[in-house]
Amino acid sequence: MLVVDSIEVFYGEFQALFGVSIEVAEGETVAIIGANGAGKTTLLRTIAGVLRPRSGQVRYRGMRIDGRPAYAVTRLGVAMVPEGRKIFPSLSVRENLLIGRQSRRKGPWSLERVFDLFPVLRERADFPGIDLSGGQQQMLAIGRALMSNPDLILMDEISLGLAPVIVRELYETVQEITRAGTTVVIVEQDVTRSLQVADRVYCLLEGEVSLSGRPADVSREQISLAYFGV
Amino acid sequence: MDWAGTIVQGLLLGGFYALYGIGLSLIFGVMRLVNLAHGDLIVCAAYLSLVLIEVTGLPPLLTLAIVIPVMFGLGVLLQRGVLNRVLGSGPMPPLLITFGISIMIQNGLLLTFTADTQRLPAGSLETASVPIGGLATVGVLPLLNMAIAILAIIGLQQFMGRTDLGRAFRATSDDPTTAELMGIDSRQIYGLAMGASLALIAVAGILLGMRTTFGPSDGPARLIYAFEAVIIGGLGSLWGTFAGGLLLGVAQSIGAAINPGWFQLAGHILALLVLAIRPTGLFARTRDL
Repeated sequence: MLVVDSIEVFYGEFQALFGVSIEVAEGETVAIIGANGAGKTTLLRTIAGVLRPRSGQVRYRGMRIDGRPAYAVTRLGVAMVPEGRKIFPSLSVRENLLIGRQSRRKGPWSLERVFDLFPVLRERADFPGIDLSGGQQQMLAIGRALMSNPDLILMDEISLGLAPVIVRELYETVQEITRAGTTVVIVEQDVTRSLQVADRVYCLLEGEVSLSGRPADVSREQISLAYFGV
Repeated sequence: MDWAGTIVQGLLLGGFYALYGIGLSLIFGVMRLVNLAHGDLIVCAAYLSLVLIEVTGLPPLLTLAIVIPVMFGLGVLLQRGVLNRVLGSGPMPPLLITFGISIMIQNGLLLTFTADTQRLPAGSLETASVPIGGLATVGVLPLLNMAIAILAIIGLQQFMGRTDLGRAFRATSDDPTTAELMGIDSRQIYGLAMGASLALIAVAGILLGMRTTFGPSDGPARLIYAFEAVIIGGLGSLWGTFAGGLLLGVAQSIGAAINPGWFQLAGHILALLVLAIRPTGLFARTRDL
């Protein structure tokens, strides 16, 4: 479904990714783990079309999508739950969700279905999105991505800064989403949590893939070495 | 001095400034772009109407039906063809480009139409007036302009609050990068915003051209009035800008009643006072747009 083929990504003269390749199959949940600054978010933003690789390719369902603008990638069915949630401050909860319709894609997700998944969002539908608690904002960001009826969802650090009980709840929802057949790529620092939901895992270290495999096949020592490099 | 009459005339004059200001704050709100050619484009719309009147013999008000879509299209072209290319490279390039466009429009108008001042022949509408509550007699044209300004604000608010495209405008204004991740083509949004802005000022340009004279070098003064309406009212609030325009008109009108030479001065002083005392404007609310 998604093939990232030896991409090199730069911020100005600073190189963030060095020939990174990953593959994601239809219906899979793939976790990308790694320490701060390893290049996880850069990888997701490149897939989503926010950043352009200097070399290498990103292919989605056989089409090259590197170089396409982000809105065009979204309209192809790739949605993003961005790092830091990025709720639109001047839009209400309901309006933040309705923005998902801008992808112009048909599918099973509607306002009602997102409200069923996150009932608290229905209760607070007319509040400014920015007034929600951190966990609720994260639900809103996930709901907003679902509203675009994506085939592939990229989730960037959804557990960041949230209480463990909230994180557990969010990950239960992630599993509901994957059970519905949506392909998910999760970027996480929380290794344990992401390994529980992932079919496969890639570990990034200083801009390179340092480990890949099925969670059951990789040992804690291997992960630790791939994560910290020592 | 006839205070009531002076204030009513000032409010009506302010209706024009309100429309100028709404056009300016719409594009600043959506893309943080300051259009220094704003005033010249207002004058441009009046000249466009003048040409149409001479060529087709249409009455000025009917030329709106052509000038509004033409100015809308010009705005989309200007944004997509020129300004979109420099967005995201800091505030300076768009300022320089719109400053250049301003000079080009002024000199283009000067070459084509000479420096003579012009006026749109409105016939009986020029002097048509209605009495208001025995206080003052007001012109039909400025009343029409005021009604259009109010309708424009209500229309913009409904559009921003209730339509998918309007929500896309607000999302892009909040955070263009995240908006793109939601499937919004921000460049298209910016083009539409500039088109809407020029369509609004086309109305004000033509109605004011029917009321007073205009010349090729009048643009900068109108730009300043638009700025002052926004400064007094506060950025990001459409009704604030509307009120700012009205207050500016009243200040000018009162200044002129005291001494005819104080017309502009009184408006500038009010804008400077607001900047000094309440730099965010009198009615600043960032969530309106």
